[in-house]
Amino acid sequence: MTSRVRWALGLLAAIHAAALGAGMLAPYGYDDQHRDYPYAAPMRLHWQARRIVVYGLAPEGTGYGEDATRQYPVRFFVHGRLFGVDAPGVFYALGSDGYGRDVFSRLLYGARISLLTGLVAATLSLGIGWILGTIAGFHGGWIDQILMRISEFFLALPWLYLILGVRAFLPLRIGPVESFLLLIGIIGGLGWVRPARLIRGVVLGAREQHFVAAARGFGAGPVYLIRKHILPLTLGVTLAQATILIPQYIMAEVSLSFLGLGVGEPAPSWGNMLAEARQYHSLVLHPWLLAPGLAAIPVLLGYLLLADTLTQRRES
Amino acid sequence: MRFAAGRLLHGALLLLAVSFAAFAFAQFAPGDYYSDLAANPTIAPETVEALRQQAGLHRPFLTRYVDWLASAARGDFGVSLAYGGPVAPLIAERIRNTLLLTGTATVVAWLLAAPIGIWAATRRGFTDMALRVAMAVLLLIPDLLLAIVLLAVAVQTGWFPAGGMQSPDAGSMSAIERLRDTAWRLVLPASVLAIGMLPVLVRHVRAAMQETMNAPFALAARAHGIPARRRLFRHILPVAANPLIGLFGLSLGALLSASLLVEVVMGWPGLGPFLVDAILSRDIAVVLSAVVLSAAFLIAGNTAADLLLYRIDPRIRRGRG
Repeated sequence: MTSRVRWALGLLAAIHAAALGAGMLAPYGYDDQHRDYPYAAPMRLHWQARRIVVYGLAPEGTGYGEDATRQYPVRFFVHGRLFGVDAPGVFYALGSDGYGRDVFSRLLYGARISLLTGLVAATLSLGIGWILGTIAGFHGGWIDQILMRISEFFLALPWLYLILGVRAFLPLRIGPVESFLLLIGIIGGLGWVRPARLIRGVVLGAREQHFVAAARGFGAGPVYLIRKHILPLTLGVTLAQATILIPQYIMAEVSLSFLGLGVGEPAPSWGNMLAEARQYHSLVLHPWLLAPGLAAIPVLLGYLLLADTLTQRRES
Repeated sequence: MRFAAGRLLHGALLLLAVSFAAFAFAQFAPGDYYSDLAANPTIAPETVEALRQQAGLHRPFLTRYVDWLASAARGDFGVSLAYGGPVAPLIAERIRNTLLLTGTATVVAWLLAAPIGIWAATRRGFTDMALRVAMAVLLLIPDLLLAIVLLAVAVQTGWFPAGGMQSPDAGSMSAIERLRDTAWRLVLPASVLAIGMLPVLVRHVRAAMQETMNAPFALAARAHGIPARRRLFRHILPVAANPLIGLFGLSLGALLSASLLVEVVMGWPGLGPFLVDAILSRDIAVVLSAVVLSAAFLIAGNTAADLLLYRIDPRIRRGRG
């Protein structure tokens, strides 16, 4: 394991742990509204009387100023959360949105949905792709022909158009859980083609290997052959595909939710949070609404480093 | 010639299959415009049923598909339910705008990527490393984020007009002024797309160049004392261009997808926002034509790349002849 891989895995692990621990790390729930403080900027911490405090917010111009006469200590490990400020004080580490919801908390809860979509949808794609690719490559003949024709057909559409086309004819107004599952089904179910074609190629090559022919000569059945000889050979390409597909699918979720066709309010996802930054006059005044877009960058970096290392190793 | 005919036929069949699947999916999927109407308590169920009858939805599926296909082939894409008029003129304009945007972005991206990639291929050490880091940074910025940020910066600074393709007063402008206006508004969305494509293109150009430069024939050309410039343009580039033409075909799908998002964010009146609006208002005819036309776009691009490859690469000609 090179230091680069260790670094990337550490980064990804930290991000996923933060998403997983959202219930503890986030000072507020994802739908806790503070209607008095819409669009508050990220708040400053102050050191007062040997305590960390935040000042009260006082409306000032288009935003808020700090009211030093009201001080609220930041308290740690209360109510099962890592940190928080007792009401009526508020603490927005990354500002608040139009309903006065804490962007930092929503970012963490949204990471759950966005990252999980990527992981589950990629697993689904790779699973379908692996099964179909292995069958096509191992069996060959007409099954191979049919599967390859079908895959060509999926590749004939730009992927976002394909996903939107399928999404268009499914119900629009559904609950957050249904829309989340639907999203995973669509993104994952439509993405099996590329992994299937790659895995088919590997299996096709593996079938011609001498040790496979020898095992076959000793009377090994197809299931044994695939499990013992072919599966290990496809692991490399499957892993490499995973590092490419997961970030792609995370961005697919972000895009769909951004367009209002994915996970809906009040459940947060990085996509529907970004949708609020879509009004550019609002964004100019409230740049912190970009946080979910920026949060995607370290995730992409982690997977890019992994993908790079894997492809380099396969090439050398 | 036979190869060309084969590729064209293949493309046409593929498009036919896509159109059939899209049509079938639209028919059998749950939830359509009429069921949304039926859910509306202010509209009587009889009215909805009459509308269905009027739209001919009671006829058998295959008849409707053949009718739809025949009229689509004549350039008639049906009637938009939300706009209340024929789809064809609406969508023709949208396609023209998307073509303008993606075409400009493609040209700009290749014009930048080719020299950068060729230059990078001949470098070692620091320059190569710095360039790779720069490209990785570009690769990491999501197109969506880039589009939103550039738009906000443009609004803030007033350097570029935001949103749309024409100024509100475009009607009173002369033809040349209108052209300048549109070109000016094209800058932002086209640069987002070009920046999004650049890292991938540079990486492939660099790899193709490096492979070709190290090939035996390139070494032989060098040993024969052919000057560097001539070697690059006459010997190395034609060979290195080969995988890049394939890449052009492959990257078209990603380009159209990225363009959809950029169009929505920047308010560019292309196919993307048209499709998204149609989905949200359940406008089946529009969704269907937008999806099928995007496939036609992609298939045409891929077929063109195939034919071009065949034209310039003697190996393919002899191999499949």
